[in-house]
Amino acid sequence: MTTADLLGKILQVVMGLAVFAAIVGLLIFFIDKAPKKGRDYWQLVGFLAPALILVTVGLIYPAIRTSILAFQTSSGAWTFDNFIWAFTQPAAIRTLINTVIWVLLVPTFATAVGLAYAVFIDRSRGERFYKAVLFMPIAISFVGASVIWKFVYEYRSGDREQIGLLNAIVVAFGGEPVQWLQTDPINTILLIVVMIWVQTGFAMVVLSAAIKGIATEQLEAAQLDGTNGWQRFTNVIVPGIRGSLVVVLTTISIATLKVFDIVRTMTAGNFNTSIVANEMYTQAFRASEIGRGSALALILFVMVLPIVIYNVNVLRKQREIR
Amino acid sequence: MRNTRHRRWTASIVAAAALGLTLTACTGDIAEEDAGDVDCSDYETYGTFDGAEVTVAGTILDLEADNLNKSWADFESCTGISVEYQGSSEFEAQIAVLAEGGNAPDVGIVPQPGLLGRLAAGGWLIPASEPVEANVDEFWSEDWKQYGTYEDTFYAAPLMASIKGYVWYSPAEFEEKGYEIPKTLDELTELSETIAAEGDHKPWCVGLESGEATGWPGTDWVEDYMLRLNGPDAYDQWVTHEIPFNDPQVAAAFDAVGGYLKNEDMVNGGIGDVSTQVTEAFQTAGLPIVDGECSLHHQASFYETFWNPDGGDEVTVASDGDVFGFLLPPASADDPLSVTGGGEFPVAFRDAEEVEAFRAYLSSDTWANNRVSLGGVISANKGVDPQNASSELLTQSIEILQDPETTFRFDGSDLMPGAVGTDSFWKGIVAWVGGEDTAQVLDTIEASWPSS
Repeated sequence: MTTADLLGKILQVVMGLAVFAAIVGLLIFFIDKAPKKGRDYWQLVGFLAPALILVTVGLIYPAIRTSILAFQTSSGAWTFDNFIWAFTQPAAIRTLINTVIWVLLVPTFATAVGLAYAVFIDRSRGERFYKAVLFMPIAISFVGASVIWKFVYEYRSGDREQIGLLNAIVVAFGGEPVQWLQTDPINTILLIVVMIWVQTGFAMVVLSAAIKGIATEQLEAAQLDGTNGWQRFTNVIVPGIRGSLVVVLTTISIATLKVFDIVRTMTAGNFNTSIVANEMYTQAFRASEIGRGSALALILFVMVLPIVIYNVNVLRKQREIR
Repeated sequence: MRNTRHRRWTASIVAAAALGLTLTACTGDIAEEDAGDVDCSDYETYGTFDGAEVTVAGTILDLEADNLNKSWADFESCTGISVEYQGSSEFEAQIAVLAEGGNAPDVGIVPQPGLLGRLAAGGWLIPASEPVEANVDEFWSEDWKQYGTYEDTFYAAPLMASIKGYVWYSPAEFEEKGYEIPKTLDELTELSETIAAEGDHKPWCVGLESGEATGWPGTDWVEDYMLRLNGPDAYDQWVTHEIPFNDPQVAAAFDAVGGYLKNEDMVNGGIGDVSTQVTEAFQTAGLPIVDGECSLHHQASFYETFWNPDGGDEVTVASDGDVFGFLLPPASADDPLSVTGGGEFPVAFRDAEEVEAFRAYLSSDTWANNRVSLGGVISANKGVDPQNASSELLTQSIEILQDPETTFRFDGSDLMPGAVGTDSFWKGIVAWVGGEDTAQVLDTIEASWPSS
């Protein structure tokens, strides 16, 4: 790259930003000057249009096209083969089963551990410190976390020095080292551990804030009634934070359905660990089977949909109660 | 108040200026190199263009990309065509998407005939012009031309080449222990058993790990055995799916390879047990040979540059050096020499004279000699002088490629549809080395072969 190239590129960026600012400025200017009659209407259109256009181009159009591609062969003929493949091939079925295992285990454990942690550290000394410790994995990218955990699960043959933490512990207690990431089905569980490790901090922070929102009077009243800690937890705290619990569970479920980086980085989907999001990418972009990839995308969409609907419903009901 | 604001302005201007100067320092102004003393007589046939530009993209990166740029620097200054190369490891995944969106580069250096076929089927490729075809007829064998052809239309000339199926060994160890370079596959088995029986170390070291492409070195093993055991015709039927993937001939090739890769006595020298093949990176898997912990390593000619991972030339690659390679031998001693290999094809997405002039240059013996002289690679171009190659091994490889008696076949997984060649075949190798039996793995791969 030469200086001239670089200056040219910088100039392009500056020009782009200037054009953008000019368009937005003009838009706002004209909306402001819109005729009094129906000004609300014009303002509505003016402010919504940019977002609507972007959503149409970036989300709605690709979604429709993916749905069409899922029902086509690579030469464009209509077919159900892509779905037949997804539900009959042993490898593809295994992918679907793994995804279900992920979506059952990750939200449950991440939320449970996060909730327990939030309750135990609530109003303790050093609460902030404990929170920061558990929250830190969230700041690490999935790929970074996967690389870290790959070292934890690293394997060396029996007579060599183990560099993986897990095998080092096993060997220290007199066991034989295990190829953790190659051993089915323990490898899927070990990948799930990574996801739980990342997501627990999120659950803890949200739930901790919700617990603080419970009125002290309620807790004191319960205490006066002679409840023990567990009864207060199940009868006062949990009902009090039900909305937050649902949000945390559904958010983590959706994140889990979409997770792709962990599997791709740690096993690349080998040894029966693949999940739908990873297989979708592999089929569409590596195997260049666009139809199969699109079919998996559609299946993933159908799996996410009920969770989203449930989430929206619960939130709406809560608003009505208030 | 006024004063502070003034100072803030000055500070930001100074910062911006400093940043600008720093960025300027990074760029190095490569284009300023003078083109004074170039002999342009070799380039007259391509004509001259004023201000024309050709954009090129491919998978070639780093040092190799620099050499590529150097190889056409004279062409640029003589013809006035400016060539902009951009390398990306995601090129293969993205090129079809770019082509469909109309954003493809002028020339794409495609490393797989299968991908070339897919792009041609999409209607995005410009057929090769007459000068390109004339060069290919003159300088390449019919086999090679066929790999640049899709449905009787010739699209691209080959560029560089590599030979797969080298077995790397230590000449010093062979001499010391009296081992002979095997002439047949059976002799190779005997040699491996001899080394294993001596009990000092396991004979073979194998690494299949390569990120999401994990397993591909194993497909090279199977392709080599498929070609040698069953001959070129069966090989062609296998890659075009005229015989199914679970055909007994394929199973025979797998089982022959399994005699090494699935055998606890044979692998994994200097690294561990059979299961470590999948986690050992292919880049480092041969290195135990240098430490005397392993004797044989199967990998393509490009592995030559991997023997000195930190650069330098501490490990010498020569027939009297620290390591050298022999070709995986034929099944019986009087079989003709057959090799598998790979190569690239510069396909065109834009129909323009400067693009074709550039492609004609790439298909010429001038370019091939230029690039081979820069070192590290070979070409199957018959106009290349083998002595231009940078090492003994590469000279030998060029001679093998140019020998009309050699049966050359392209790396099979590059010819198969992506769903098999870059997915289920790789995964199949991983599962198979991990313990699944041959029949089960072959059935799974066969089932993944796309119907259309």
